[in-house]
Amino acid sequence: MVSSASQRNFRFGRSPSILFAGLGIGAGILVLCLFASIGLGAADITPREVWDALFAFDESSTNHLIIRTVRLPRSIIALLVGAAMAIAGAIMQGLTSNPLASPGILGVSTGAAFAVVLSTFIFGVSSLSVYAWFALAGGAITAGLVYLFASLGPGGVTPLNLTLAGTVFSTLIGTLTSGILILNQQTLEQVRFWLAGSLAGGDIDLVRQVIPYLIVGFFLALALGRHVTTLSLGETVAKGLGQNTAWIKVLGAMSVVLLVGGSVSIAGPIGFVGLIVPHFVRFLVGVDYRWILPYAAILGAVILLIADIGARLILRPIELPVGLVMPLLGAPFFIYLIRTRIRR
Amino acid sequence: MSTWLVIRSAQVPVSFRLNRRVPSLLMILGILILAMMIASIGYGEYPIPPLDVVKTLLGLETSNADYAFIVNTLRFPRVLVALLVGMALAIAGTITQGILRNPLAAPGIIGINAGAALAAVTLIIVFPNVPISLLPLAAFAGGFTIFTLIYLSAWNGGSSPIRLVLIGIGFSLMTAAITNILTTFGNINSVSQALVWLAGSVYGRSWDEVNALLPWLFVFVPIVLIMARDLNVLNLGDEIARGVGTALEWRRGILLVSSVALAGASVATAGTIGFVGFIAPHIARRLVGPSHEGLLLTSALTGGLLVITADLIGRSLFAPIELPCGLITSAIGAPYFLYLMIQQRKY
Repeated sequence: MVSSASQRNFRFGRSPSILFAGLGIGAGILVLCLFASIGLGAADITPREVWDALFAFDESSTNHLIIRTVRLPRSIIALLVGAAMAIAGAIMQGLTSNPLASPGILGVSTGAAFAVVLSTFIFGVSSLSVYAWFALAGGAITAGLVYLFASLGPGGVTPLNLTLAGTVFSTLIGTLTSGILILNQQTLEQVRFWLAGSLAGGDIDLVRQVIPYLIVGFFLALALGRHVTTLSLGETVAKGLGQNTAWIKVLGAMSVVLLVGGSVSIAGPIGFVGLIVPHFVRFLVGVDYRWILPYAAILGAVILLIADIGARLILRPIELPVGLVMPLLGAPFFIYLIRTRIRR
Repeated sequence: MSTWLVIRSAQVPVSFRLNRRVPSLLMILGILILAMMIASIGYGEYPIPPLDVVKTLLGLETSNADYAFIVNTLRFPRVLVALLVGMALAIAGTITQGILRNPLAAPGIIGINAGAALAAVTLIIVFPNVPISLLPLAAFAGGFTIFTLIYLSAWNGGSSPIRLVLIGIGFSLMTAAITNILTTFGNINSVSQALVWLAGSVYGRSWDEVNALLPWLFVFVPIVLIMARDLNVLNLGDEIARGVGTALEWRRGILLVSSVALAGASVATAGTIGFVGFIAPHIARRLVGPSHEGLLLTSALTGGLLVITADLIGRSLFAPIELPCGLITSAIGAPYFLYLMIQQRKY
C-alpha cells in the first residue's frame, strides 16, 4: 500500500495564482451546471423562461412553477450534497491516509437508512426533519463502528480491512433494515421513497433546516485544511511537527459527521462522490488540503449535478434516482483505484 | 491408529485420504439434516406430527389424506431446495477459499453471486416467458462473466488475493446498481417476481426448481470431489503446486468453473443467500481440518444444514410473516465474518 498523499509530492509547488484561477474557472463551470440542471428535464423549458422563473417569477405560469418548486430545490440539493460528500471524503482520506476512506465505504449511508427505518418502526416517526436527526446519528455510529472493526483487523486500518468491514457491516445492517421492512409493511410505505437515494421531490424546508449543519461542517473542514495536510504525511510526522493529532482527528470527525449526516438526511444514500472526487482533486492540485477542500467542494457539486442531469435524461421521460446511477460511475473508478494503489 | 483413512481402488485412478473423524462426522451431520428436514416439513400453519411426515415421505398410509399433498407438493421440495442450495454454495465457497488461499474469498464476497443474480434478474424482467430451467444457465453465464472480469482486472503482473477481494466488491456494487435499476423500472409483475427471488428465499420452490438444480450438482460435485487432492496442492501456493507437478492453470481453471457453476445454479434457484459459502467451509474446517477430501463433504452437509435451519428459523421467528432465509444467514454470517477478521490479527 502506498500512501495516497506522499506519492504526489512533486505537485506540491503549484503556484497560488494558478490555483486561484482554477477555483474561479471551477466556480464558473459549477454555475453553468446549475443552470443546465434547472433548465433540463422531462418538460421542455426555454433558457429564457428559466431566467424569468428565477428572477421575474410569474405565479400563473406552469413552467415557472416547475422551475421554482421542482427543479430549483433539486438542483440546490444536488449542489449541497455533492459538495458536502466530497469534502467529507477528502477529510476522511486525509485523516486516515487511506485512499479508500469515504462515506460510502464506511457504511454511513446504510447506517443512516437503518436508523431512519428503525425510528419509523419503533417510534412511528414520519416527519422528514426528525429523519434528519436519526440519519445523522445512525450514519455517525455506523462509520465509527466500521472504523473500529477495521482497526481491529490484521495490520490495522488497511484498505482491505476498511472495505471488508464496511461491506460486511453494511450487509448486516441492510439485512436488519430489510427484515424490519418485511415485517412491517407500514414502515415500508413511509420510508420507501427516501431509501431510493433520490434528489427529486426534495423538500426545501428540510434543506433550510439542514443548511446550518452543512455550513458549520464546511467551515470546520476548511479551517482544518493545513492540519489535515500535516496529518496526511503520517501520524508520526505530524506528532513530530508538534501537532496534537488526537484533537485534529476529533474535529475532523465532527465536520464529517455534520456534512455526511446532513446530506444523507436530505437526499438519502448517495454513494461514491466522497470516494472519487478527492482523488481527482489531488491529481489536479496536489497534496495541500487548503486547496484540496475548496476544489473538492466545487468538483463534488459539479459531478453530482451532471450525474443527476444524466439520470434524468438517459431514459427520458423516466427519471432514475441518482443514487442508483452513481455506482455505475463510481465503481469502475473504485476498481481502477484498487488496481493501481494496492500493490500486495 | 493412524488419523487417516485411505480409500483407494486398483481399477480407478482415484484415491481419497480422509481424516478418520470424517465418516462419523458425516453421519452425525446427515442425521441432523434428516431431523431438521422432518421438523421443517412438519412445521407450518398446518402442523404435521413427525411420524406422519416420515410415513408420508416413505409413501405409507397416514391418518389424514391431506398430508400427502402438503408434504409431497408443498413442503418437501422446498426443504430439498434448501438442502441442495446450501450444499452447492458451501462447496463453491470451499473451492474459492482453497484456491485463492483466502479465508474471506467466498463467492458472495468476490462478486460471483452478484453477477449470477444480475443475469437471472435480467432474464426474469426482460424475457419473462423463458422456462425456469434456463435460469441456472443464465446465472452461470453471468457469474462466470463477472468472475472473469474480476480476475482479469485484479491481474496486475500477478494476481493478488487482496486485490481480487476488493475488486470483487467493486464489481458487486456495480452489478447491484444495474439490478436495482432493472427492478426500479421493469414491468411490475416481473419485478415483484424478481424481488421475491432476489431476497434469497426458498419460498414456494417446487419440484421444477429441484429438477433444474439437481443436474448441476450431479455433474459438478463428482468433478470437484475427484479433484479434491489438487485443491490441497493448490492451497499450498502456486510454486509448490508447480513443484509437485500439478498442471496448475488447468486444474485451477476447472475447479473455478465448477465453483462458479455451483454458485450460479444455486443463485438461480434461490436467489442470493448470503454468507453460506463463506461460513460453512469455516465451520467444516474446525471440524475436520484443512484437508479438502473430507472438508468438501463436511462443508457441503454443513451448508445444507445451515440453509434448512435458517429457513425454519425464518418461517417460525415472526410467524405468520416469513423472513427470507437469506436474511437469517446474513444476520449470522456477517458478525462471524467480522469476528474472523479480528481473529486473523493474531496470526
